[in-house]
Amino acid sequence: MSVFGLRDIRKSFAGNAILKGVSLEAEAGEFIALVGPSGCGKSTLLRIAAGLDHADSGEIRIGGREVSQLRAADRNVAMVFQSYALYPHLTAGQNIAVPLAMRRLSSAQRLPFIGPMLPGQRRICADIQKQVAATAASLKIDHLLDRKPGQMSGGQRQRVALARAMVRDPGVFLMDEPLSNLDANLRVHARGEIVELHRRAGVPTLYVTHDQSEALSMADRVAVMIGGNLLQIAAPQTIYDDPDHVEVARFIGQPRINLLSTIRDARGMVQFGTLRLASSTSREGAANVTLGIRPEFVQLRAEGQGTLAARVERLEFLGSEVIVFARLSAIGDTVLAKVTPAEARGLVAGQAIGLDLDPSRIMLFAEDGHRLPSTPVSAAVRETVHG
Amino acid sequence: MTQPLTLGRVFRLALLSLGALIFLAPYIFMISTAGKDQSEIFSASLSLIPQHFAYMANFTKALTRVSMPNLLLNGVIVCGLILVLQVVVAVPCAYAMAKLKFGAARILMAAVMLGLLVPIHAAALPLYVAFDKLALLNSYTALVAPFSISVFGIFLFLQFFRAMPDDLIHAARLDGMSEAGIVARVIVPNAWPAVTAFAIFSVVAHWNDLFWPLIVVTNQSYATPPLGVLFFLAAEAGDDYGALMAATLIITLPLVIAFLLAQKRFVEGITMTGLKG
Repeated sequence: MSVFGLRDIRKSFAGNAILKGVSLEAEAGEFIALVGPSGCGKSTLLRIAAGLDHADSGEIRIGGREVSQLRAADRNVAMVFQSYALYPHLTAGQNIAVPLAMRRLSSAQRLPFIGPMLPGQRRICADIQKQVAATAASLKIDHLLDRKPGQMSGGQRQRVALARAMVRDPGVFLMDEPLSNLDANLRVHARGEIVELHRRAGVPTLYVTHDQSEALSMADRVAVMIGGNLLQIAAPQTIYDDPDHVEVARFIGQPRINLLSTIRDARGMVQFGTLRLASSTSREGAANVTLGIRPEFVQLRAEGQGTLAARVERLEFLGSEVIVFARLSAIGDTVLAKVTPAEARGLVAGQAIGLDLDPSRIMLFAEDGHRLPSTPVSAAVRETVHG
Repeated sequence: MTQPLTLGRVFRLALLSLGALIFLAPYIFMISTAGKDQSEIFSASLSLIPQHFAYMANFTKALTRVSMPNLLLNGVIVCGLILVLQVVVAVPCAYAMAKLKFGAARILMAAVMLGLLVPIHAAALPLYVAFDKLALLNSYTALVAPFSISVFGIFLFLQFFRAMPDDLIHAARLDGMSEAGIVARVIVPNAWPAVTAFAIFSVVAHWNDLFWPLIVVTNQSYATPPLGVLFFLAAEAGDDYGALMAATLIITLPLVIAFLLAQKRFVEGITMTGLKG
């Protein structure tokens, strides 16, 4: 049974549906990245899970408990904010101690002057200090405990925010783009650290990001959210190689996937250049379909060869690879090909070339965006079909 | 960092000095008059430096004819009570309006705006009648109560709190704080610049206020400093201007000293309200 689950969460603001029935389940110790373009509702979903916002309908379960009617504080969730949201007037150590103090000390024991005189307060405070020190040591911030957030760098603040979330053993971790305020080098380093911390703590984590490389590199499963719908939840490799929806294919992958519109005839056959695909479908009749292929499965050929004739528009040199922008002579669409610098050597803008699309990597999407099963039809098969 | 004395700079400095002189003139004249004796004040010649220094005599009169310590103490009590009550009321109110969502938020905002537009003078008469019916005239309550809710304070804090990040409050909620706890533990400790700015405005306004004390206080023992000066004027049949100026000097001195000590804060406060208000 899942330890963290959202079921059919709906939310609208002033008539605009932000979340259109989102469901998601996380197993114990699972790291799920929620990725999507800005404004797709992923942060709203996170805030609803945390109890900072109310869903119009839907069910939230944490540790087998229905919590949608509980206050944020009673849900036992810990959250790391994009802005870190550290208390500016408290030192790092005090910041980390706040969630423990609020839970373990009674309101009388928290009072200034009077609190320390009450029985048990001193012992609890010593316990809290010990736990703060242990958490700080595991994040290597023990030397920063006396500093205020204003005196720390972005990376240090981010660790303090992580420590504050980790210190109290939450039922689920929620992270709202915790790395987006760090510079590029630090971000890559911090990715590894968060994954490592997550593995040690074993707490299910929902990690919101708009950065697909973060999502693909860190998560056990990636949930792609677009326009208030959760389009696909799957392992990073599946999301990349086998997207369920054209929007998922379009959003994931850098450079973006090539999408070409074409027609499926009444027999379910799709022809593109000299390429033919069979698409089994229950629906009869001709329809518009979209053909998708990732740039690394587009191969360059000499002029006159390959299935498609094209002309080089421009080249982007990226070090280990070169992106070739080629305009298809037949329909005028631009296709991207990711090739090695060796393959791209000698290419110039304006040059006529041929392109081959790896038939086994072509994906077909229906007009509504859903994936259509397809199989390449080899030349021999084509003969028999026609014969 | 000394700039060369160009013609334009000389002109600017001269203009500023002239402006400063015009604004300081009454105060300088007050200091001067406080040191003159009766005959010199009413002489035809006008000199800033007194011919015979009568400071001792005038200050002795000012300190003995009315109970100056009592006046100053009243001023401190009234201003202190007003400030504390205003902050205690305005901070939670402004927090609720800035960060919480509730149905009446718009109406409340309109009420605050309306409150900013209505001066105390408009409500003076009904308030007077009410205090009279409650037999509260001549009391600290009458001096303090009408000012305990400051719409200006609510407005100033509202602007300041709106600039505070929502995530900070969300983090506090997740950490288990109640709304009152958030105000006490997160909002107030981070709102000191706003509280300081507001304190300056409030104390200056109420220390110098003559209008309201004049209406509700007739008993000298509850008189605030400006009202005390008025009583002093009446007691002295209105012609001992030397002693009067000495008394005025004494009651303005605390604020002048406070301003000089907290000059930087004061300017910060004004800039803040100017930028955000």
